Amino acid sequence: MKKNLPYLIIPFLLIFGLNYFKSKSYTDSYIENNDLNFEVKDVSNVPENVDFNFHVNPIISDKCFACHGPDDKQRKANLRLDTKEGLYQMTEDLLKKVVDLENLEESEMIRRIYHENESIVMPPPESNLALSEYEKEVLKKWILQGAKWKKHWSFIKPEIPEIPEIINTQWTSNEIDFFIAKNIENNNLEFSKLESKEILIRRLYFDIIGLPPTVEEIDNFLNDQSPDSYENLVNRLLDSKNYGERMASIWMDIARYGDSHGYQDDTERTMWPWRDWVIHAYNSNIPYDEFITWQLAGDLIPNATKEQIIATGFNRNHKITQEGGVIPEEYRVEYVADRAITTSKLMMGLTMECARCHSHKYDNITHDEFYGFYSFFNNIDEEGLIQYGDYAPKPRLTISKSEVNKGLDFIKLPDSLDKVTFMVMKESENLRKTYVLNRGLYNLKLNEVKSMTPSAVMPLKKANANRLDLAQWFFDEENPLTSRVVVNRIWQQFFGVGIVATPDDFGSQGNRPINPELLDWLAVTYMKSDQWDTKKLIKRIVMSSTYKQTSRTSDLNYSLDPENVYLSRYPRQKLSAEMIRDNILKSSGLLVNKLGGPSVKPLQPEGLWDEVTGGGGGSLAKYIMSTGDNLYRRSIYTFWKRTVPPPAMMIFDAASRDNCEVQRQNTSTPLQSLTLMNNPEFQKAALHLSSNVYKMNIDINEKITKLYRTITGRSPNKNELSKLKNYFNDENSINNESVAFDKLCMLIYNLDETSQKS
Amino acid sequence: MEEIHKHFINNNRRNFLKKTGLCIGGLALGSIVNPFNNSNDDPFSVIKNQLNLPHFAPKAKRIIYLFQSGGPAQQDLFDYKPKLTDMRGIDLPESVRMGQRLTGMTSGQDKFSLVGGTTKFNQYGESRAWVSDLLPYLSKVVDELCFIKSMNTEAINHDPAVTFFQTGSQQPGRPSMGSWLSYGLGSLNKNLPSFVVLLSRGTGRPKGQPLYSRLWGNGFLSSLHQGVQFRSAKDPVLFLKDPENLSRQERRKMLDYLSELNEEQINMFGDKEIESRISQYEMAYRMQTSVPETMDISDEPENILKMYGPNSNRPGTYAANCILARKLVEKDVRFVQLYHMGWDQHENLPTQIRGQANDIDQPTAALIMDLKQRGLLEDTLVVWGGEFGRTSYSQGSQAALKNNTYGRDHHPRCFTIFMAGAGVKPGFSYGETDDLGYNIVKDPVHVHDLQATILHLFGINHEKMTYKYQGRRFRLTDVHGEIKHDILT
Repeated sequence: MKKNLPYLIIPFLLIFGLNYFKSKSYTDSYIENNDLNFEVKDVSNVPENVDFNFHVNPIISDKCFACHGPDDKQRKANLRLDTKEGLYQMTEDLLKKVVDLENLEESEMIRRIYHENESIVMPPPESNLALSEYEKEVLKKWILQGAKWKKHWSFIKPEIPEIPEIINTQWTSNEIDFFIAKNIENNNLEFSKLESKEILIRRLYFDIIGLPPTVEEIDNFLNDQSPDSYENLVNRLLDSKNYGERMASIWMDIARYGDSHGYQDDTERTMWPWRDWVIHAYNSNIPYDEFITWQLAGDLIPNATKEQIIATGFNRNHKITQEGGVIPEEYRVEYVADRAITTSKLMMGLTMECARCHSHKYDNITHDEFYGFYSFFNNIDEEGLIQYGDYAPKPRLTISKSEVNKGLDFIKLPDSLDKVTFMVMKESENLRKTYVLNRGLYNLKLNEVKSMTPSAVMPLKKANANRLDLAQWFFDEENPLTSRVVVNRIWQQFFGVGIVATPDDFGSQGNRPINPELLDWLAVTYMKSDQWDTKKLIKRIVMSSTYKQTSRTSDLNYSLDPENVYLSRYPRQKLSAEMIRDNILKSSGLLVNKLGGPSVKPLQPEGLWDEVTGGGGGSLAKYIMSTGDNLYRRSIYTFWKRTVPPPAMMIFDAASRDNCEVQRQNTSTPLQSLTLMNNPEFQKAALHLSSNVYKMNIDINEKITKLYRTITGRSPNKNELSKLKNYFNDENSINNESVAFDKLCMLIYNLDETSQKS
Repeated sequence: MEEIHKHFINNNRRNFLKKTGLCIGGLALGSIVNPFNNSNDDPFSVIKNQLNLPHFAPKAKRIIYLFQSGGPAQQDLFDYKPKLTDMRGIDLPESVRMGQRLTGMTSGQDKFSLVGGTTKFNQYGESRAWVSDLLPYLSKVVDELCFIKSMNTEAINHDPAVTFFQTGSQQPGRPSMGSWLSYGLGSLNKNLPSFVVLLSRGTGRPKGQPLYSRLWGNGFLSSLHQGVQFRSAKDPVLFLKDPENLSRQERRKMLDYLSELNEEQINMFGDKEIESRISQYEMAYRMQTSVPETMDISDEPENILKMYGPNSNRPGTYAANCILARKLVEKDVRFVQLYHMGWDQHENLPTQIRGQANDIDQPTAALIMDLKQRGLLEDTLVVWGGEFGRTSYSQGSQAALKNNTYGRDHHPRCFTIFMAGAGVKPGFSYGETDDLGYNIVKDPVHVHDLQATILHLFGINHEKMTYKYQGRRFRLTDVHGEIKHDILT
């Protein structure tokens, strides 16, 4: 079987190739074999000039580093290929150079990757890794072209690049567009027109405040003929309180926010005051460096304010156990590791967790460095095993009503409470020693380590550094990752995919930036001239032609760039789980648009909590639905019980909040269709809207148009209107008019466009 | 920079292939190049076999995993230890315990008094398997069963231990075994999910350990592969039921208009993904018929209901779920995962375990024989077992031991599970524990070994079915797992 595989790939190529050239549009199923990668890339794709960072390193990282990478425990034949010295070194056994700069053709690498003998060829068959012909050619060509080595791209400090020269300057609105236009021109793609105002306003509303515009707001915008009507709208939305909610809903995934402790009986915790702070911080546009510094180390800032301490709740959002019988230290270690892993993913886009058990297999992060980084978070006076029913395990902070009234009014304390207690970080007075843990196990201590950061990224000069020093290290101008990682995440928020498509991996196994100059331009501009002003960055993005262009695609562009990696059109995207529900609530008129406060429990199917609880869970043993206004709050306020998260949100790919997530899945499933068709909450909303529109004193065509515009934001064209009308008439032949109208409303809520950002 | 851009076009082409061409190509190809891939992949099926698996001829096409949540006590059910009974009340020798980690629930106990099985054991069948009197029905089918008496795990508490069995990792976040199989092999049917979950509560300890929906979660795989819980509630799948005033004909009509209007939008936006979403609505529509049909056991003949026992027509019981499991595999659902709660006997074990044993005894035996009489046992694998075992020493005071209200604590070092059907040796027992039922003396089977062996039965090389996430290739078996060929036919 194994021997035959290469031959079996040929029909693969034929059939896939054929499909590609026919631009097959049959997308019935979700395809995700993400490991076919290079099989479909043939030798004709080998670039003329092979670049180490962009072509070579992804191959050797993926196929060689597992045995010849940074992990010295696993390293075979004492050979490492992740460093310059390693690549040019002499092999131990044969005394031949891996890459021989004096005699390129004699390089051992070429011989080994092409060898036909199974015991000599690299990678060896038992690794289950194999180089494709394309990959072999790339490696060979790189060597023959002189084998130039470069430091990993993301570890090189970004410099502001020159704005590229392009032909079609007319298309551009700001600097971003020059970088995008360069790609469009280089790849012979067509420029797209600007989007109609009608579609653009809905796009902008969802992106900035997470809610759809009303028909009246759309009309006002359409009627506003002033040249700065769009910019005024952008400004207004950035000033809206709903902006903070939209931004915070993304931050909740990163911060793995939950309203329960997450293990076993999964009892309740209080962390919503921290969530209220996040919304407030976004709305008051605290610069990103402060936003992060407070969350990581607010308690260590000299004369820290209460607000700065509240922000540190960020690193207490991890799961905590109350399962009787566990060994507390084992879990305490888990919490500390969670903080380290979350922080590294958030700030550096690195998968540091791989170095928890052994040195990283792909990136230059040692086992010691993981625990040196871990040590920053290892010094709070916390419990591994908490008391059953503890809503805010120590260290904690209590905020009284009078404090809320005197400056902390972003905490939306309900009238029924006169104080609230929640978790925060507080450095213990006695510094806890940190040891490297063998295989990551809490009780297998190796050598002691002091606080440190991954030196491949940038060494930390200060000795005995604490979390505040770490925060300052992140915002050191020399740090190559911080600014790139954050602008990439924000870009992803608007375009669905980051400039680096793997926002959680800027390491050697991650994707390379599709537009490295744009990434660096955005990063340096945000850091230096904008001084980490997030609203400025967002405004820059949404004012670009790249953002404002239409999502409709020409055949040419589709055939040359079906995935739209070069952004020659606006990438149409499915609404997030929160937006889908908020859109239904807002458009129907049911939404209670109120800021902050304790999480709420909207309508959900009965029995979901009780059927999995074993009788434990305290206040969360049974789902007790909220009442009144709290049934219709925005989804960011929906109570998050981690072991049974809100089903309608999970069905639409919300993150589970078990761990830090910087990217959600994007799938289509039958369960999503069922939810849109039959979720009682959504039906209730549909009926609410249809009865209100039906009551209006206008003719049926106008009613249908009104309904359609309220839900999709767009006026139906003639064809659509007649189909909608036919459906209504069909239903009306068996139901009375108002019932037929209800059904029409449900149909429109199920339209694809309703759940898309076009 | 030119070259870099070419690189991206290629990248891009690759992604495109992954998303579009591959499904038709992969489908056609499945039968051309892979002689083992004879799945009834249907062009309208939503979940497809994309990896061109299996790697080799499979023995199993479907699996019913009867998960016994809480940790059944092996000494009271299958692992007969007369010496334990003889040594009742005697402290567990340190030479046996060997400084083993205990849970916080018994680590403070001053005495670790041994205690044997709560009822008598006898040998049954041609295989002469020892089974406790608590399981009169299973005793009769031992010649169909393949016992593993040397299961062992690393986790000592429920949450990490169940998560470990289901996902290969103690910490949450990885895909469940059912999701892996759905990802690797696709769906065998076009009307039902490929991974279905059924829950029941034990009568032995109605208030016991909780479950978590993440146990049947898809982790980093597509949510198409998540386990779908079929509930005994009036809506067996969440949001399955149409509103009361909408007839089936009206739903069909609504979907026809919906797809016409959506197609209008394909023309308008050129977004080819819309077609995929139209097909999801069609699958949803089919599920609206197929799920209630499956859940309805009213047309099961009297003799079948009788076979599964007195609880078989009470929705939500283990017995009713066993019938559903059979119906689901009949309809070619690939992975049916049952969870039966209530096995966590820290106290009152002699009373509680009777209830638990009674819950599962007749239905499990019936399920195996029912599958057999329908010819389904040949390519359906049945697995019965919990997340860990229980200690040979008693939990609780000396008085509790005296008046039979003692319990047993969690024991990860050894416990018993059994399998039946596709590709496993019937009437066979593998692995041995010592005379005190405390340590394994022969042929240990680790959780990752079991997972590797199950994948092997499905024709999958567990080291090769990987998913690349955050730069690393993940497997169900992490970096471990050894196939236990000795238990295979």
